[in-house]
Amino acid sequence: MTQMTFARAINSGLRKSLENDPKVVLMGEDIGALGGVFRVTDGLQKDFGKHRVVDTPLAESGIMGTAVGLAYRGYRPVVEIQFDGFIYPAFDQIVSQVAKMHYRTQGAVKMPITIRVPFGGGIGSPEHHSESPEAYFTHTSGLRVVSVSNPQDAYTMIQQAIASDDPVLYFEPKRRYHDKGEVDETVDLRTALSMEKARVVTEGKDVTLVAYGPLVKTARDAALAATDEGVSVEVIDLRSLAPLDFVTLEASVRKTGRLVITHEAGQSGGLGAEVAASITERCFYHLEAAPVRVTGFDVPYPYSKLEMHHLPGLDRILDGVDRALGRPNSLSGLEG
Amino acid sequence: MFTDDAGKGGISAGGPGNSEDSTRRTGGDLVQLITPEGERVSHPEFDSWLQDVSDEQLGSLYEDMVVIRRIDAEATALQRQGELALWPPLLGQEASQIGSARALRDDDFVFPSYRDNGVAYCRGVKVEDLVRAWRGNASAGWDPFTVNVATQQIIIGAQSLHATGYAMGIQNDGADCVAVAYFGDGATSEGDVNEAMVFAASFQAPVVFICQNNHWAISEPVRLQSHIQLADRASGFGIPSMRVDGNDVLAVMAATRIALDRARHGGGPTFIEAVTYRMGPHTTADDPTRYRDANELEDWAAKDPISRMKSLLDRKGLLTADLENAVAAKADAVAKELRAGTINMPEPQPLDIFKHVYSTPNSWLDRQQEHYSRYLASFGDPAEAASEEGAR
Repeated sequence: MTQMTFARAINSGLRKSLENDPKVVLMGEDIGALGGVFRVTDGLQKDFGKHRVVDTPLAESGIMGTAVGLAYRGYRPVVEIQFDGFIYPAFDQIVSQVAKMHYRTQGAVKMPITIRVPFGGGIGSPEHHSESPEAYFTHTSGLRVVSVSNPQDAYTMIQQAIASDDPVLYFEPKRRYHDKGEVDETVDLRTALSMEKARVVTEGKDVTLVAYGPLVKTARDAALAATDEGVSVEVIDLRSLAPLDFVTLEASVRKTGRLVITHEAGQSGGLGAEVAASITERCFYHLEAAPVRVTGFDVPYPYSKLEMHHLPGLDRILDGVDRALGRPNSLSGLEG
Repeated sequence: MFTDDAGKGGISAGGPGNSEDSTRRTGGDLVQLITPEGERVSHPEFDSWLQDVSDEQLGSLYEDMVVIRRIDAEATALQRQGELALWPPLLGQEASQIGSARALRDDDFVFPSYRDNGVAYCRGVKVEDLVRAWRGNASAGWDPFTVNVATQQIIIGAQSLHATGYAMGIQNDGADCVAVAYFGDGATSEGDVNEAMVFAASFQAPVVFICQNNHWAISEPVRLQSHIQLADRASGFGIPSMRVDGNDVLAVMAATRIALDRARHGGGPTFIEAVTYRMGPHTTADDPTRYRDANELEDWAAKDPISRMKSLLDRKGLLTADLENAVAAKADAVAKELRAGTINMPEPQPLDIFKHVYSTPNSWLDRQQEHYSRYLASFGDPAEAASEEGAR
C-alpha cells in the first residue's frame, strides 16, 4: 500500500498501462512537458516519449477523430479532454463514430478508446470548467461510462478502462485530485472488482443513498452525520454510470425501502432520473416512499461565488434523506 | 485488383526561382493529360509517373470505369424498383475514383465517403456489399480489414480525421503504407477536414486527402463553400496540393502516385483536388432540376471521363472489338451479380438489432434483448410482430 493523491493514482495507473501494452498511446492538450493542467500525466512523456504521450493541436474533434484512426490501426488511445466543458467540439466524433463503429462494422472494428474527463465543480473556476456532462454519454449506446471516487479505484479503473475493448468515458472528479488515499499498486485487474460493479461504501438499513464521483465523499460524510440522529444510511458508489449495476442497487433498496440519489449534474434527464425510474420499475413494492433526487439545478453551471448553492452539500443531502424518511424537511407541506 | 508499387520516376526539379519540386506548390493550373476529345497532352512532371502504364492497363482502366458506371446505373434501377432504400450515384466521377484507387497499394488504407463506390469496387469490395447498407440490411457493407477500406462515412468529412489518425499510427509503426481520405467539396467547410489538415501537417502524417470537387453539395454550389480554389486552401495548413482534371483518369492517377510517394518517403500529407462533376442527383431522393441549370449538365457531359478515355483508346488504335466486347461482357456480368446479390441477400433477424453494440456483454442491453425476445415469442411467429401492426 502506498499513500498517494487521486491525481497521482491515475498517473500511476496510466504508467502501468503504458508499460504493459505498447499499443497504449496518450493524447491531449498540454499533457506532455507540462504534464497536463492538473499534472495527471506528469513525467509520462519524459519516460515514454513523444510518440506514446502526444501533445496535440488544440482541436478536440481532431483529437477524438485521430484517436478513432489510431484505434483502426490497432492502437489503444487514451484521450485527455482538458476540462468537462471542452468536450463538446468532440461530441460528434464520440457519439457518431466512437460509439457506433463496432455496431456499424458488425464487430469488425473495435474502439478501445478511453476518454478521460476531469469533471464537476467546486474549484472556483470560470464558465466551462465545472460541468457534469455524463448524462449525454450514458444516453449514448455503445459507450461505457465510469466515474471514480477514490485513489484506489482511480488507479485500478483507469487500467480496466484502457483494457476494455469498448470505448470508456472515464470521469475524474477534479475537486478530489488532491485527496490522498492508500493505493495497492499490486492489484490484479482480473480479480479486482469489475468496473461495471457498484460498491456499497457505507452499510446502513434505513435509506439507500446513491452517489458517484465527487459526491461519494459528501455522501459518506452525510451518512456519518445521520448516525448522530439515529438514521442508518447505506451509501452506494455507482462507479459505473453505464451500464448501471442494478443488482447492487436493488439489493440495497429491497433492504432499506428508501432511495436518495445525488449528483452535481442538473436534474432533468440525469442519472438520478434513470436510477429512480428503473428502481421503481424493478422493486416498486419494496419502496416505502418515492425516490428523492438531490442534484444540481437545471441552470448553466453558475459563477463561482454561487456554486456552493448549486452543488449538493452535506446538509442538502440530509434534507433529501429526511424527505425519503418522511421526517420534517424543507419541502414539508408541499404537494409533489 | 490492380496495385501499384512502381511509379517512382523522379519529378523534374523546380520551377522558375524555386528549388523545390513544383508538385510541392499548392494549387496552380488544372493538370490535364487527356483532353475531352481524347487527345493525350504531354506533361513533363506527371508523365514521368505514368511510364509503366501499358496499353493493356489503359484498357483495364477503361474497363473499371465502364463497370463502375454500370454498377451505379444498376443500383439506381434497383432503387427505383424498390430493392434499395436509397443510392448515392457517382455518375461523372468515375475517373476521379478509379484513377486514384488504382494508384494505391494493397496495404494502403482508404477512408471513403458514401459516394466512393468506385474506390471500394477497385479495392475488391464485393458488389453486393456495396449495396448492403443501402438496402437496409446492415449499417455498413463490409469488414474494413479484408479490403483495407473503412466503411463508407456518412457524416461529412469525419473520415478525414480517421485517415489522419491511422496515418499517425503508420508513422509510429515505422511502416511505409499510406492512409487516404476521400471527401467532397462540401466537406472542405467542415471543421473535421480542417482539423485533419492541422493534425496531418503538424505530425507530417503519411496521409493523402483526395477531394472530389463535384461542384455540388446536394443543392449548394461549390462557390458557397469557398471563394478560392479548394486546392489553394491546403497552403494555409502548409500542405502541398495539386489541382487536376478529375474527369481525366491518368491525371488523377499520376497525382495520386506523386502524393503517395511523398507520403511513403516521409514527405507528409498532400491535398489533391480532382475537379469533376456530379452528373446525377445527390441521392435517388434528390431532384437537381430544382437548383441547377440544364446547360451546366450539358457542358459537363461533353467532358465525360469515359467517352474521353474511349476516344484516347481509339486514337491509339486500342479500341478493338475484342476489348469492347470484353468490357461489355464484364459490365453485364457484374450488373447481374449485383442484382442477384441484392435480391437474394439474407434478411436480418429481429434480435440482430442487439448485436455488436458492445464487444463484451452489457447488462442493460442483455435485459432489453431478453424482454423483447419474450415479447416476440408471445406472438408465436416473431416475424408477425414486426410486420403486422395490430397483430395483437
